[in-house]
Amino acid sequence: MDVVLSLLGAGLLEALQPLNLTMIIIGCTVGLLVGAMPGLGSVNGVAILLPITFLVPPTSAIIFLAAIYYGAMYGGAISSITLGIPGASTAVATVFDGRPLAQSGRADKALVAAAVASFIGGTISVVLFTLFAPPLASFALKFGPPEEFALMLLAFATFIGLGGDDIPKTIFSILIGLVLATIGLDIISGKPRLIFGDISGFMHGINFLVLAIGIYGIGEMLWTLETSQGKVTVHKVKMSFSSLVNNLKEVKSYIGTTTLGSVLGYFVGTLPAAGATPASLMSYGLAKTFSKDPDSFGKGNVAGVAAPEAANNAASTGSMLPMITLGIPGSPTTAILLGGMIIWGLRPGPLLFTEHPDFVWGLIGSLYIANFATLIINLAFIPVFVKVLTMPFTILAPVIYILCVVGGFAPTQTMHDVWLMFIFGIVGYFLRKLNYPVAPAVLAIVLGPLAERSLRQSLLASHGDITTFVTRPISGTCVALAALLIAYPVYLKYKKRKLGKAAISESA
Amino acid sequence: MRKIVKPFLPLVVAASTALTFSATAVAEWTPKKPIEMIIMAGTGGGADQIARLIQGLIEKKDLSPRPVIPINKAGGSGAEALRYMQDKAGDDHTVLVTLNSFYTTPVIQKELGVDVSKFTPIGRMAIDNFLLWVHSDDKEITDLDSYVAAVKAAGVDWKVGGTGSGQEDSILTAMMEKEFGYEVTYIPFPGGGTVAKNLVGKHINSTVNNPAEQNEFFRAGNTKPLVQFTAERLPAYPDVPTAKELGVDIEYYMQRSLNGPPEMSAEAQAFYIDLFKQVFDSEEWQQFCVDDGLDCGEWSAGDDLAEFHAVQLKRHVELIEAVGAEAITGE
Repeated sequence: MDVVLSLLGAGLLEALQPLNLTMIIIGCTVGLLVGAMPGLGSVNGVAILLPITFLVPPTSAIIFLAAIYYGAMYGGAISSITLGIPGASTAVATVFDGRPLAQSGRADKALVAAAVASFIGGTISVVLFTLFAPPLASFALKFGPPEEFALMLLAFATFIGLGGDDIPKTIFSILIGLVLATIGLDIISGKPRLIFGDISGFMHGINFLVLAIGIYGIGEMLWTLETSQGKVTVHKVKMSFSSLVNNLKEVKSYIGTTTLGSVLGYFVGTLPAAGATPASLMSYGLAKTFSKDPDSFGKGNVAGVAAPEAANNAASTGSMLPMITLGIPGSPTTAILLGGMIIWGLRPGPLLFTEHPDFVWGLIGSLYIANFATLIINLAFIPVFVKVLTMPFTILAPVIYILCVVGGFAPTQTMHDVWLMFIFGIVGYFLRKLNYPVAPAVLAIVLGPLAERSLRQSLLASHGDITTFVTRPISGTCVALAALLIAYPVYLKYKKRKLGKAAISESA
Repeated sequence: MRKIVKPFLPLVVAASTALTFSATAVAEWTPKKPIEMIIMAGTGGGADQIARLIQGLIEKKDLSPRPVIPINKAGGSGAEALRYMQDKAGDDHTVLVTLNSFYTTPVIQKELGVDVSKFTPIGRMAIDNFLLWVHSDDKEITDLDSYVAAVKAAGVDWKVGGTGSGQEDSILTAMMEKEFGYEVTYIPFPGGGTVAKNLVGKHINSTVNNPAEQNEFFRAGNTKPLVQFTAERLPAYPDVPTAKELGVDIEYYMQRSLNGPPEMSAEAQAFYIDLFKQVFDSEEWQQFCVDDGLDCGEWSAGDDLAEFHAVQLKRHVELIEAVGAEAITGE
């Protein structure tokens, strides 16, 4: 442990060198802005910035890339809250409560909560990383296909809690998402599925962003147009230093959820297959399930912003672990980090920790510093982001509309996806009108392919025996937890109904 | 430009004059926007590592006026990437990093409608090799004989991991099944990195990973190679026998090349040939090949590469016929 601490100390000192500190500040700012733009893609952003990294020594370069990565994780929350469009799958859960908060004029509160929760998530996870990295690396190896599937099952179980009171409608929404997720090439045999004859645009499947931007961007805008009936609405948000202090004081109301989300996010993040999306979702689901006031979730509860943001930041630190020890990057941005490592002759693998401790701990040290830097930069930018919302809807709506089209086009650069996005927007509007929860469908399209692959791999290995999911200790535990998570809201509802009946009979 | 024309010397004079003629226009073409480098496999595998190294070297040496952006399209054993390239016909800003599934996937999945012989050949960066790996804790397995005995004893409970079905790993697995007369359960994963992780975590029993994918785990003592499917022992693994030495006639390689979509303009093709030749000749690339057990002795580009592809394509059609498409896809 002493060795680790002295290495970490050296890493921190390294990160505080003037050059490295500059790289962290530039990286965090760039990352924040890149992450805040829906669909414009951190991959392109980071790839274009890669040349800068060759002007500086390798350690500074890796610190720069890590800072961009870190900043982008913070930035994801910004478009979710201010525009209601999740720019990355990790920020979907942030929309649930972030958007209602912004619409009711409390965007500053949501943005501060997101920043603070991200900071707490980041801090807890780097500390956990420092203390438990090697044992967790070997724990992650215990996760084979059945365990991965059980984890996905757990994530799906938390959906039930997300959907509000109407459990059948939630299940319907999940199923729609799962059907959409099967479109494209079969992940095991490679055969095309559900491509409607031979429409080549369906070959690559339905991109998550197309669905998310369609439903949340276009669909929401249609809904707002209808409800406002042409009235020009301006959100009144005041941002001052005292309101910032007040918002910061509120932290204690969601510190519990945030801590839980951070720990959960870190552990889920260290598993090679999972990553930050299931982590943020599970964190949100848990926060809602165990809240004293679960009904306020989805209508603008600050804890509903803090929980997923803490978890996705913690998970992104956690996902550094499989990248360093196994060479499996958890996201396209981490893949670029991996590319950087290979160019400087650092091969990820179990020996990197022992052979290049200066690199590993320098990276971790830079995460500590990047965390502080991003918090401060983020808080400084909040008034600017909030200003966006004070624009009249007649200006804001076309801006959102253009961002949606660009965001839908950018990932695959085909018009097919833009048309698809409009269709999803219209469908999303009707689902909203008919009171169907759309979030489960969006998340099912993200997790569906992961779940399908691990399910089929497990069944191949067990020759079709489904008991493989319950007989293995880790997956068995996850399955049991999933069953409890599904049963708990059902039980609560039953109890409520009974209480309600009792109340009626009493009053009568 | 002369450098590029050189490999074509054996060609008829008419063809080479045509090439030199177009050389004036060649020097003028440069990419106008970022170049998409499509990887037909998942992150962390051999193809992915190579693509990211190439991207870095191009940036480091400032070889291209526009950046190269690697994009993984791993779906359906590379089918997603191949179909994407096919639909990009005529595009000058997209290149594909290939595996041998470049040959096998269109043969096994005819409904894809992809004909790789129409693709624009650019350059072959390396020939990659295959070794048979098991976990180090399998103490009773020390060589090929004890491996075959262990597989036969386990039967279909023996799990072999690889990247995608119908891809090189599954072909080699099917070749071994045929040679030794056993049958295993083949489990496809999205990339070589995930396969390696599942072997170290003992979720599968063996794999035929490339050296780059297992080297770090081998050095850490997690896994061990039993046999290499090469003509001669690789310098990186001097103590591991080749299959041929053991009297087993299995030799299998994988090309790692860059190809453009069909109908890429000749000017763009020439630009990319020149670009990747510079990467190939770099000290960093050659060192990477030595460290990771790849063969980077010979550069092949343009028509020469097209000829190589044609031979390989024919060989893979024969291989698939010999072992049966069902044995490869596991259907």
